[in-house]
Amino acid sequence: MSEITPEAVSTATEAALAVVAAAATVSDLKVARAEHTGEQSPLAQFNAAIKGLPNDQKAAAGKLVGEARGRVTAAVAEREAELAVAEEQQRLASEAVDVTAVPLRWRQGSRHPLSLLMERMGDIFVAMGWEVAEGPELENEWFNFDAMNFDEDHPARAMQDTFFVDPVDSHLLLRTHTSPVQMRSLLSRELPVYVVAPGKVYRTDELDATHTPVFHQIEGLAIDKGLTMAHLRGTLEHLATAMFGEGAQIRLRPNYFPFTEPSAEMDVWQPNAKGGARWVEWGGCGMVNRNVLRAAGVDPDVYQGFAFGMGIERTLQFRNDMNDMRDMVEGDIRFSQQFGVSV
Amino acid sequence: MRIPASWLGEFVDLPDDVTVEHLHEALVRVGFEEEDVHRFELTGPVVVGQVLSFEPEPQSNGKTINWCQVDVGESEPRGIVCGAHNFAVGDKVVVSLPGAVLPGPFPIAARKTYGHTSDGMIASARELGLGEEHDGILLLSSLGLDPVVGVDAIELLGLNDFAVEINVTPDRGYAFSIRGVAREYSHSTGAAFRDPALAVPVIEPAETFPVVIADDAPIRGKKGVSVFEARVVRNVDPARPTPPWMVARLTLAGIRSISLPVDITNYVMLELGQPIHGYDLDTLTGGITVRRATASETFETLDGKLRTLSPEDLLVTDDSGPIGLAGVMGGAKTEMSSTTTNVLIEAGNWEAVTISRTARRHKLPSEAAKRYERGVDPAIAGIAASRVAQLFVELAGATIDPLGSSWNEAAAPETIDLPEGFVDGLIGVPYSADEVTDALTMIGATLESTDTGYRVTPPSWRPDLTDAPTLAEEVARIVGYDRIPSELPVAPPGRGYTREQQLRRAAAQSLAFAGLTEVLSYPFVDEAAFGLAGATQAIRLANPLDPAAPFMRTALLPGLIETAHRNLSRGLTDLALFEIGHVFLVDGEYGSGPVPASGAYPGADGVAALDASIPPQPWHVAALFVGDAVERQPGSPAVAAGIADALAVVHQLAATLAVGIRIEAGSHAALHPGRTAEVFAGDRSLGHAGELLPALAEQSNLPRVVGYVELDLDALIELGAREVLTAPIAGFPAATQDLSLIVGTGIPAGAVLSTVIEGAGELLEHATLVDDYRGPGVPDGSKSLTFALRFRAPDRTLTAAEASAAKAAAVALAATRHAAATRE
Repeated sequence: MSEITPEAVSTATEAALAVVAAAATVSDLKVARAEHTGEQSPLAQFNAAIKGLPNDQKAAAGKLVGEARGRVTAAVAEREAELAVAEEQQRLASEAVDVTAVPLRWRQGSRHPLSLLMERMGDIFVAMGWEVAEGPELENEWFNFDAMNFDEDHPARAMQDTFFVDPVDSHLLLRTHTSPVQMRSLLSRELPVYVVAPGKVYRTDELDATHTPVFHQIEGLAIDKGLTMAHLRGTLEHLATAMFGEGAQIRLRPNYFPFTEPSAEMDVWQPNAKGGARWVEWGGCGMVNRNVLRAAGVDPDVYQGFAFGMGIERTLQFRNDMNDMRDMVEGDIRFSQQFGVSV
Repeated sequence: MRIPASWLGEFVDLPDDVTVEHLHEALVRVGFEEEDVHRFELTGPVVVGQVLSFEPEPQSNGKTINWCQVDVGESEPRGIVCGAHNFAVGDKVVVSLPGAVLPGPFPIAARKTYGHTSDGMIASARELGLGEEHDGILLLSSLGLDPVVGVDAIELLGLNDFAVEINVTPDRGYAFSIRGVAREYSHSTGAAFRDPALAVPVIEPAETFPVVIADDAPIRGKKGVSVFEARVVRNVDPARPTPPWMVARLTLAGIRSISLPVDITNYVMLELGQPIHGYDLDTLTGGITVRRATASETFETLDGKLRTLSPEDLLVTDDSGPIGLAGVMGGAKTEMSSTTTNVLIEAGNWEAVTISRTARRHKLPSEAAKRYERGVDPAIAGIAASRVAQLFVELAGATIDPLGSSWNEAAAPETIDLPEGFVDGLIGVPYSADEVTDALTMIGATLESTDTGYRVTPPSWRPDLTDAPTLAEEVARIVGYDRIPSELPVAPPGRGYTREQQLRRAAAQSLAFAGLTEVLSYPFVDEAAFGLAGATQAIRLANPLDPAAPFMRTALLPGLIETAHRNLSRGLTDLALFEIGHVFLVDGEYGSGPVPASGAYPGADGVAALDASIPPQPWHVAALFVGDAVERQPGSPAVAAGIADALAVVHQLAATLAVGIRIEAGSHAALHPGRTAEVFAGDRSLGHAGELLPALAEQSNLPRVVGYVELDLDALIELGAREVLTAPIAGFPAATQDLSLIVGTGIPAGAVLSTVIEGAGELLEHATLVDDYRGPGVPDGSKSLTFALRFRAPDRTLTAAEASAAKAAAVALAATRHAAATRE
């Protein structure tokens, strides 16, 4: 053990710093630290020797050795940090993957666009304070026809349009329109009534590019005091704007339905249609026939209102530029997956 | 209804250069939707020619052609090859010259054929679009024509006319006539209307042809006939052809020219809207009686079919028996023929319900029935019969006989009170008083002022005008729907979507987010399909589209199988499909007796009875998995779909809808017996999850392993937590421990887990099965289940001793219940 001189301490310090600086890995550094800061290291031995010095030399020696040990410890810490960064970088480099080929635990899902469209239309009305009403698809004939002011001999009740339940005298059928929900709403709700009823309906058409025996409609019904055809137009224009964008308009043409009087066919001006803005036939509407209100036990001299209905398939067809009805009913997942969860 | 423009122009002023677009636009404004347009699709030169000479030339193919020289008004005759033989030298014919295009389109050019250059074509009636006649070329003499050679045959034959086709709504039967449409065109455009009914000199029969009206079984209280007009003409010349203008108009209107007498009756029907039946008077025996048929009575209609009648059918009879199915179709014995010279003209007003039921019963949707079902003007019958007689005189050389009958018991139209302001209040337009009265006067109504508004008498041809709203519609329609302003009504504050609606949507969205694709399949199934869904009964349709699939689905499974198969057949291999839809169940009796009539409230009990007639139709949710749940990817093998995916849907929905569920081994007719889970909430079964029976999958052309789950969505939603009362979330440290228990292999892990949870008590926060080990160290017939347990106390830091005590309690209960031992 040499004497604690500035030269000896400096030599030991420089030697330690050189080894620390030369450490290329965390384990090299570990060895260096043991050698140069451990109990057997020269600096530690200098430190231990201080207590044997005369009292007047202790302070100077202590300062000298303390500073030296401080430098080495700091150098070790610094080098440790440097090496840690380097090693982390190396590890990150080794963990790199081809981000274009990472195996995924994911599968694409989607809603059916007809469902989405019905929900979207429902949302538009719910935002105005209307509610969404429902009714059974397999209905009693009364709700589908008689209550809606179809005479018992009305041609629409002929077999060729309506699916009847066997036996026919059970008076059950698959609803041919969502209009029976009008009657159910009037019977079950307090007046005034503002409801829409989206849902499935059935007619005996074979599936082809423009027909399907199972399709969807949305029905609207507003019964209150003082409602007029102007309110009908206003409501339809609001819906049209929400569905087709600013600039959508509604055109009404005289028509006939047993459950409305006056009745109208409605066209919508589709401002953003592919191939240019155009008028498109959208559905039927009118002021609710007094006989419908009577069937629900509503006094037509006090309450009046309007109803409308449109095909969801048709709406999807012209809104989203689809040509073939079959795409909507066949359940080919490639069709729905174009839509995701919004339409 | 098809409207030939030239015909319309007789009764209302049309622009000189009237176009299809103009007519459609004018008519759609007053409520007649555009359907189509019909033309004789031909362009000239098509001219009148005269055959100067012809040489028959036998051909090697056995045919003989004629090499004709035809004068078409040019300096030289043209040489034309003609295959027909029904003409002679001197006959005037229709020649299509090169450059003409006949319907087809069939362009005419000078072409080499049979060794000649044929410089045009001599046309048959069919080639010109004038009916089906193709037995030979059209001889103009057969139409009673002797035109100058070389004139334009298109104009001569009326082939330059066109017809617009419009949709006539069921309330407006009067528009099934040129008369009615001309009136509407006038309403739309303001052009002057000349009512053809007023132009007919009405013939009053001087002598009575005996007619007895004896309807002793009115349907729904309505007599089957309200007007019966008959006129007689004699000395009809059976040789007279139908003039070309009439053939052209009938053809454009969609009615085939048959013979002059038949054409006249059809022509008047189209013109005035009154169906006409003509009887060969000489085949009648005695007078006419109108009565209902007797049970099992038979009658041969003029289409040659022997029909068994119903007592609801209304008949026109003579002393020999039935001679007509009233208003629907005449009889074979008494119809007009090519030798008929004396005709009894019948114009009846037959009641809509009787006619509609008879037409439907005998599947005879005739032009006449179509008009009666929608209502024919009762005031027009005598006029129309007179018009027919007049045309027989003008065109067929007939004379008018004094015999006839005029019976009219049609009720006068009922007046309607139209309160002042009613129209404004319904339509939302502040109409002037003049607008209201002018519009109603224009459509033919008469108005009388009252203290409160008007008393309105509708015109005889508008049986659809029955109450104030029908009059309001007329005002709105005549003034124009464009006048109706736009005003958004303010609904009272709404309650938003119902809980059921919100949760059904959440369920659907969650499945889509989980990677499933929604499909909407048809609900029609065959017997095997509802059987495999576990049902013993299903609702059957009386008139299914596919007789092999007449049942309504009791489960969503059959539709999903079909949809999966369709996708696979298109080359897709990995499918995760879901559907949310109604199923139709048989739960006791369904159906109701005769239903209440229109326009009357059946009362609360009546409504309840109707409601009770409907079978249960709960919402189901189902999913089907085929192929890989996770595809094979670099460094990562494929994960095949199966029961795991089906159960994942169960947990996904249970979490989405906040339902506590339990899975147990179960059985299902369509599922693999060893891979069927039944899903419970408490004691209530919600459905099944598992894999299809491999045999069923194979039979459905699906791969062997198909994951399937179907749950009662209504029940899930009903059982879901309503308002969650939150517990505080404890922040004290958790203690985690593993527990391995050895139990018999037959004991479901789920049951052991339940026991562990129960036994560990309240300190156990979370427990999950992490391993199922069988092999060395575990006795045969046993398995080692390892659970990861997490303990926590809500109010303090848990000690290891407390956690171990709780774990020991779990072990103790498992030992009692399942003979479980801990594995060291």
